[in-house]
Amino acid sequence: MDRLEQKIKDTSKGMTPIVKTIVRFVMGIIVIFGAYVVLYGHLTPGGGFAGGVILASAYVLLTLAFGKEMGLSKMSNTGASILDNSGALAFVIIGLLGFTGGYFFYNFLPKGEAFHLFSAGSILLSNIAIGVKVTASVFAIFMALSIFGRIIYKAAEGEETESEE
Amino acid sequence: MEIILLLLLVFMIIGSIIAIETKNLLSSVISVGVVGFSLSIIFLMLGAPDIAITQVVVEILILVVLIRATITTDNTAIEGPRDTFPFVSSLIFFGLFLMFAFFAVQEIPKFGEPIMKVSKEYLRTGPEKTGAMNVVTAILLDFRAYDTLGEATVLFTSIIGAFVILRRKGRKGKADVDKEKFGILEDEDIKKNFEGF
Repeated sequence: MDRLEQKIKDTSKGMTPIVKTIVRFVMGIIVIFGAYVVLYGHLTPGGGFAGGVILASAYVLLTLAFGKEMGLSKMSNTGASILDNSGALAFVIIGLLGFTGGYFFYNFLPKGEAFHLFSAGSILLSNIAIGVKVTASVFAIFMALSIFGRIIYKAAEGEETESEE
Repeated sequence: MEIILLLLLVFMIIGSIIAIETKNLLSSVISVGVVGFSLSIIFLMLGAPDIAITQVVVEILILVVLIRATITTDNTAIEGPRDTFPFVSSLIFFGLFLMFAFFAVQEIPKFGEPIMKVSKEYLRTGPEKTGAMNVVTAILLDFRAYDTLGEATVLFTSIIGAFVILRRKGRKGKADVDKEKFGILEDEDIKKNFEGF
């Protein structure tokens, strides 16, 4: 908590302390809402993709307010690609596990009671896998476009005459 | 209801024309945002909250990323005259599209009265077959899970492409990277070129 206060007062990185304080309060709410949209995708509007983008936007908000070191410390580049790959792999494995019941993407888990969280068999697992995948990949795209893109722009401006071919 | 939909559609068309025609890059990005948010309102009015949520969230994120990308570039005003050939050819193709669309639209069922041969079956048997009360999710992740797998593959491939194009270093040896220093910078050059984020 002490280090967070220091980061809020440190004006050299990120935005003003007003933005940082508000982001500190709002972060938790956004993450809880994103997790709710992912987990309850089979009961209420939403699902893996929408919830994943909400979770990724929480990370984007953190990165914009506190600077890129904070964002990269929560989810690094390598971590984002590992999460992305494991989410995709988990989704394919859920599809392949359907062969235990007969065919690809067979709903192999018991259906459960209607309107409860554990009610739709493998749909909940698929939603979680897609949510993890979309969170990691959208955050990785944001990082790639906003940080790497700047470097490439500055480099092209500085040394544009050096074309080798 | 239909009048409001038509108004929103006209609003979207105006927004996209402004996005193309305006000289300032930032106002062009904001006009693109107008199109997306109007589209999400249309989805909400047509009773598709799932896709409306996704549209709103993706639109906000894309706006943030695009504004982030346009603010960092110094030259936000686009100068120079317009080429005539792309303009004329796009006009011709737009006219052709309108002509074919005129014949195609006459075959489509009237607005608000869909045929629904396949989707009626999904709506009837969806909740009991899959156990998911949200029929959209039941179709996306059970009946049509193959499509969702394809979507995930598209996302995966696009991210690999973005990482390959935008990565910091090539996979060559370090000495080769030092020799030809354009497009990709080393860590010390990055520190020199900009401080903070």
